[in-house]
Amino acid sequence: MKKQGKGKRIAAVIITLLVAAGVLFFLERLLVPKYVDDVVEGAFVAEYYKEENKDFDVIFIGDCEVYENFSPVVLWNEYGINSYIRGSAEQYIWQSYYLLEDTLRYHKPQVVVFNIQSLQFNESQSEAYNRMSIEGMRWSASKVGAIKASMTEDEHFIEYVFPLLRYHSRWNELTKADFEYMFHSKQVTHNGYFMRIDARPAEDVPPGRPLADYSFGDKAMMYLDKIRLLCEKNDIKLLLIKAPSLYPEWYEEYEMQVEDYAETYDLPYINFLEIQDQTGIDYTTDTYDGGLHMNLSGAEKLADYIGPVLLDMGVSDRRGDPELDAIWEENNADYEAEIKEQEALYGLNYTSPLN
Amino acid sequence: MEELLEILEGLHPDVDFEHETALIEGGVLDSFDIVTLISEISETFDVTISAEYILPENFNSAQALYALIQKLEEE
Amino acid sequence: MLFTSYGFILFIAVLGVLYYVIPGKAQWILLLAASYLFYAIAGPVFVPYLLAVTLIVYFAARIIGRKLNEQNAYLKEHKEELSKEARKEYKAAEKKKRMTFQIIAVVLCVLILAVVKLSAVLSAVWQAKQLSFLSIAMPLGISFYTLQALSYLFDVSRGTIEAEKNIFKFALFVSFFPQLVQGPISRYKDLSATLYTPHPFNKQAVAFGLQRILWGFFKKLVIADRILPAVQTIYSDLNSYTGAYAFFGMLFYTIQLYADFTGGIDITIGIAEMLGIKVQENFNLPYFSTSLKVYWRRWHISMCSWFRDYVFYPLSSSKGMQKFTKFSKNHFGKRFGKRLPVYISSFVVWLLTGLWHGAGATFVVWGLFNWFVLMASEELEPLYERFHKRFAFSEKLPYRIFQILRTFGLICALNLFDVCKSVGETFRAFGSIFTFSNWKQAFSGGLLNLGIGLSDYLVLTAGVVILFLVSLYKNKKGDPRISLTERIRPEKYAVWLILFLIVLIFGTYGIGYDSSQFIYNQF
Repeated sequence: MKKQGKGKRIAAVIITLLVAAGVLFFLERLLVPKYVDDVVEGAFVAEYYKEENKDFDVIFIGDCEVYENFSPVVLWNEYGINSYIRGSAEQYIWQSYYLLEDTLRYHKPQVVVFNIQSLQFNESQSEAYNRMSIEGMRWSASKVGAIKASMTEDEHFIEYVFPLLRYHSRWNELTKADFEYMFHSKQVTHNGYFMRIDARPAEDVPPGRPLADYSFGDKAMMYLDKIRLLCEKNDIKLLLIKAPSLYPEWYEEYEMQVEDYAETYDLPYINFLEIQDQTGIDYTTDTYDGGLHMNLSGAEKLADYIGPVLLDMGVSDRRGDPELDAIWEENNADYEAEIKEQEALYGLNYTSPLN
Repeated sequence: MEELLEILEGLHPDVDFEHETALIEGGVLDSFDIVTLISEISETFDVTISAEYILPENFNSAQALYALIQKLEEE
Repeated sequence: MLFTSYGFILFIAVLGVLYYVIPGKAQWILLLAASYLFYAIAGPVFVPYLLAVTLIVYFAARIIGRKLNEQNAYLKEHKEELSKEARKEYKAAEKKKRMTFQIIAVVLCVLILAVVKLSAVLSAVWQAKQLSFLSIAMPLGISFYTLQALSYLFDVSRGTIEAEKNIFKFALFVSFFPQLVQGPISRYKDLSATLYTPHPFNKQAVAFGLQRILWGFFKKLVIADRILPAVQTIYSDLNSYTGAYAFFGMLFYTIQLYADFTGGIDITIGIAEMLGIKVQENFNLPYFSTSLKVYWRRWHISMCSWFRDYVFYPLSSSKGMQKFTKFSKNHFGKRFGKRLPVYISSFVVWLLTGLWHGAGATFVVWGLFNWFVLMASEELEPLYERFHKRFAFSEKLPYRIFQILRTFGLICALNLFDVCKSVGETFRAFGSIFTFSNWKQAFSGGLLNLGIGLSDYLVLTAGVVILFLVSLYKNKKGDPRISLTERIRPEKYAVWLILFLIVLIFGTYGIGYDSSQFIYNQF
């Protein structure tokens, strides 16, 4: 071995460690999915932290039935409600709970709207959805809780700490976007709302298959309790909703259990499936995938309906606050720009149902 | 000793058994050779080398092997 | 707990830190606790098997050891008064007593092993016939620790080692976790030299150990697990995968077996090295062997030497066999007559080796095929010699390469028995290589439909090339780790960092891959 001074030796070790850390960081940034092209749903959760002013009065939590169904821009423009949707694809109820907990680290809303669709799952069904809901969260006790509550059998906590361990095999499917968005991301939502302006009418909706057991699982109900108690503790009003998605089937037995729960704890509950005449949802024009999710027209109608409900629950009309006015002016501009973009993409002409 | 060397040379005529000291470790004798050796020794010297004596140190050189035979003859 | 799981890495990390924090005298106790914890995590139901083998062999060896010492003391005391005949008689009588205990212990241990092995085979047969069968789960590593414990018993009985008095120390010898699952089958004399002694922290030993572990991970994760899907696809349906596919299945399995088994042993020896303990090598570049005979001296060395020392030698040097040798020489000619008894002993060894691998017919036939090839080449030796004398190229490199390739091909073919479901299937698969001409189809996309894609083939090719070059280096210049310590820091650190990154990125692990058990675990 060549003789080297002690100082030199230590320097060599430190430099090696730094190089190793640098290379690992670089590889991790390169190999994690960027969620900018086909699948954008994985980018939603992280976008929240980019909001400079997080003083939202209404927070939506839930799966695609919230982030595609309510337009925060309409809530602001029509009612002065400053809202944000913390939604993600197939967000399981424990993830909703921890996302709410995470949100409360930044501010306290006046009302939390929770879509109860996810009660039907008592365990996480898919690793991919876990990833999309959790990865975007900043590190906190809430994120740890979300991971622990969500992991499927084959998942490991350490793979959330070092996503490189999870995504190392993506080296053979890298695209241009992986290099382009290594160190920054692209805005894909409007206050958590994911816009689609095209329409595909709901036709043959498959009837729901009968189930062996309709009762919600213990774990799901426990997290519903936790959401309710967390809201109570923080003086937040909780509004339960069921979005007007035609499928997956919302069974009568499900409905009864939610109604019972709402009644027991005196919680407001709106099942949008049952009030089509009031919301004005038209399944031939207001959905982009045959009744599963709302398009922009549907989301604007639902926002227009839920606005007064929220005001009734005591949410403030914040119009006139110069800071918020400025923010929402910008939000409106982005919103309009995306509508233009999608009009070009789909060859459509969008007219808002509210005009 | 002469008789032993004769037996050994019968197995591998090209090896200098008088001076070789790593017959096992050097891979000169394999397990077949050893077994053949044992049966020839048993004919010539009237001793049976049982399995417990089949150790590298007893078979590494002709001298060691001869010493083993003498030891067994005495018992 | 797989060697390549996060859990195991954590286990090793915690153990490694504790090991060098506690006093040196307590280190072996920590290892015993860790070994039993490791085994209990693998399956609490397996622990009784380990305990049973440990206790049976411990007490049998203690009794035999004591009797042997008493005998020697008696002989020493009465050295003058006993005649040669009387001594012989006394020794024979004493030996008989000792043998009783040895036989009881061996029968009990082998019985346990045989029952679990046979149950594995029967339950597979029964399940195939849709019948339920009370199956006993094969206790992890039982084939390995049973042989290891028995080698200790035989050595005590032969007087080559003293029986261990401390039952906990003996329990550690049997259960030492890095080698518990898949060997090597250590000898007490070798392992005990470093197993119980205090080991102060030694930077070089720990570094070497970690490097060896990393190399094992490379073989296991980058090569073995990546090629595994193709092996499984082919062998799950040999009726469809014939011809070229059977050929590649053979080749792939031989690569996988090597990378998996030697990689696992690298991890084992690396862990031990990290702890200051020396475990004997189990492989010596086996695929560079020039003949099957040489191969079996360089592949799974600890198992082969076990069968050699405890089956082959005792059997062929036994009185009965010596008598048979005389008879055979008189009746079958000098040359063949001399060899026949050796062949018979060898036959028994290969039969047992086959059975040890698995109680199925394929393993037995595998063992006997090995025996047949070895014996045939032994018999043809004079012919070879005459041939080489006439054509003087036997020492040249091209001829050596030819020998190595020929041996490798032979090993590939013999390995078929390992993975085929029946003997008939093995022969059909092998025969199809020569009769089916679907090579064109295999190369025009067929090989990409075996569960591994183009990128996998690229990684595999690169991995095998690295493995080959490192082996070549080892063959010529010795341990590359030692050569690397002589290099300047940036270079050696870069080598290990790059190897680490290769394992991290190109390793087959995590979601989307079936983590596979080490192939040898189940034996």
